[in-house]
Amino acid sequence: MKAVRLNGLLAIALVAAMLLSLAAGKVWVAPSTWWSDDLSGLIIMELRIPRTILGAAIGAGLGMAGAAMQGYLRNPLADPGVFGVSSSAALGAVTSLYFGFAMTAWLLPVFALIGAGIGMGLLALLAGRSGSLILFTLAGVIIASLAGSLTSLMISLAPTPFATTEIVTWLMGALTDRSWDDVKLAVPLIGIGMAFLMATGRSLDALTLGEDAARSMGVNVVRLQWLAVIGVGLTVGASVAAAGIIGFVGLIVPHLVRPFADHRPSAVMLPSALAGALLIVVADSIVRLLPSVSELRLGIAMALLGAPFFMALLFKMHRELS
Amino acid sequence: MSLAFEALSLTLRGRKILNGISGQFQPGKVTVILGANGAGKSSLLSCLVGLREPQGGSVTLGDRRLLSLENRERGRLIGLLPQRPDIHWNVDVKTIVGLGRLPHAGRWGMSAADHEAVERAMIATDCTDLADRQAMRLSGGEQGRVLLARVLAGEPQWLLADEPLASLDPAHQFDVLDRLKNYATDGNGVIVVLHDLTQAARIADDIMVLKDGAILAAGSREEVMTAEVMGQAYGVEVQITTSNTGEPLVVPVRRL
Repeated sequence: MKAVRLNGLLAIALVAAMLLSLAAGKVWVAPSTWWSDDLSGLIIMELRIPRTILGAAIGAGLGMAGAAMQGYLRNPLADPGVFGVSSSAALGAVTSLYFGFAMTAWLLPVFALIGAGIGMGLLALLAGRSGSLILFTLAGVIIASLAGSLTSLMISLAPTPFATTEIVTWLMGALTDRSWDDVKLAVPLIGIGMAFLMATGRSLDALTLGEDAARSMGVNVVRLQWLAVIGVGLTVGASVAAAGIIGFVGLIVPHLVRPFADHRPSAVMLPSALAGALLIVVADSIVRLLPSVSELRLGIAMALLGAPFFMALLFKMHRELS
Repeated sequence: MSLAFEALSLTLRGRKILNGISGQFQPGKVTVILGANGAGKSSLLSCLVGLREPQGGSVTLGDRRLLSLENRERGRLIGLLPQRPDIHWNVDVKTIVGLGRLPHAGRWGMSAADHEAVERAMIATDCTDLADRQAMRLSGGEQGRVLLARVLAGEPQWLLADEPLASLDPAHQFDVLDRLKNYATDGNGVIVVLHDLTQAARIADDIMVLKDGAILAAGSREEVMTAEVMGQAYGVEVQITTSNTGEPLVVPVRRL
């Protein structure tokens, strides 16, 4: 009952936020003109609706990916961004930008997906099975810094200043000027990824009792690992491909919903997706409304919000341990 | 259905852990596995649950090979109480015990039968009062009870427990062992790895003693619980007496 109420509330809030976000921006468009044939109608149909849908999908994907990673690793600090999956996806995408492959619309996402898959796979390979928090954190740090330095290498070796600028701006993460093409590409991939993640729910619950107990109850850990790798790879890869790196959603959101969803990993997944979507849609609307010359990049805004949250989380853990 | 293992051999990181051993367990009885540290007790247990695949030999349940069973079916037939209490999220006791129904549960959550089994397990382990408490915040003894309830909720035909007494005070040790004994009396098989020889002598119907990956002795408690066998198994001299009220006392007195 609790779960139904929570999901219902979040869904209503999400729909409301999405509708409001259509009105928000440099140009205020009143709902009465949304369906007109003039400029306002065009702004809504071609800019705002795809941007809102994409933002919601990315937020949902990242939120659920974070919840699944935290459950899989039994580690409340796990997040695709913190542990290098996003940077691996970005490295893949940057590689395609570097070679100028971005001309073909589908190559950048493919590269980003491959990057995310390799990052998550490496993480699972290095530390996933051991369940060791230290090993996992180290593995994540190494992957994130390796992907980061390779990305920097690409930037410094970029053939033209134009390519450099393109890579740098893209890396900062934003939903600005996204079109229906981006929606058509990213949303189905994120959806499939989320389906994979939803399939992990029961096994993640069993992992609450540790790996031996979970396996003795029939959990197939190899299957679980693949579901997690593919699910996180697809959601994060597609998100990064469509909007660059938007960090911390996967870290923050599961923590916010967990107390309302009785803490069971499978019960946290769907609320995390809804709350992640809500967070991105609201944050992106605020970013659009801020009075600045050029729009504040959403990726930067989320990092400014997320990093202090992460620190607060560490302080709380520190207090609980001492 | 009896649980048996045949010519079981296991090598981990180049070290031979189990040396082609064979044996059998009977339902309705408590079998205690004894042996010094590193004798292979936990490894044998994990082969019996199907967590480890031995390099040679096989485990059979009735007339079926354990590893040929589908994961969830195996989970319904054999329950494991792992050595260390391991609870990760801040979930309540009811939920933890409910996890024991995972091998039974259908796609859409727990059925009425599942809820009844959880209820029974919580009554059997005296956990009903704890139902809404956070499992992580409980004392060691309470956690032990809750985790036992989790295994009982799955109603497995075989219950395997790896050192369930670690970190329990004497009163809770008696509680856990008595519950395991009752579970065996109900017709199920119970296999327990123990270090406390007096408790072993008190609860065991059968005893199996491992040494260096081989079976040193196996049989009824009276046959196996002797000063000679214990001396060989642990390299200590033990005195076996009875208390004023007739309970067995097995006390190590010095290193041999």
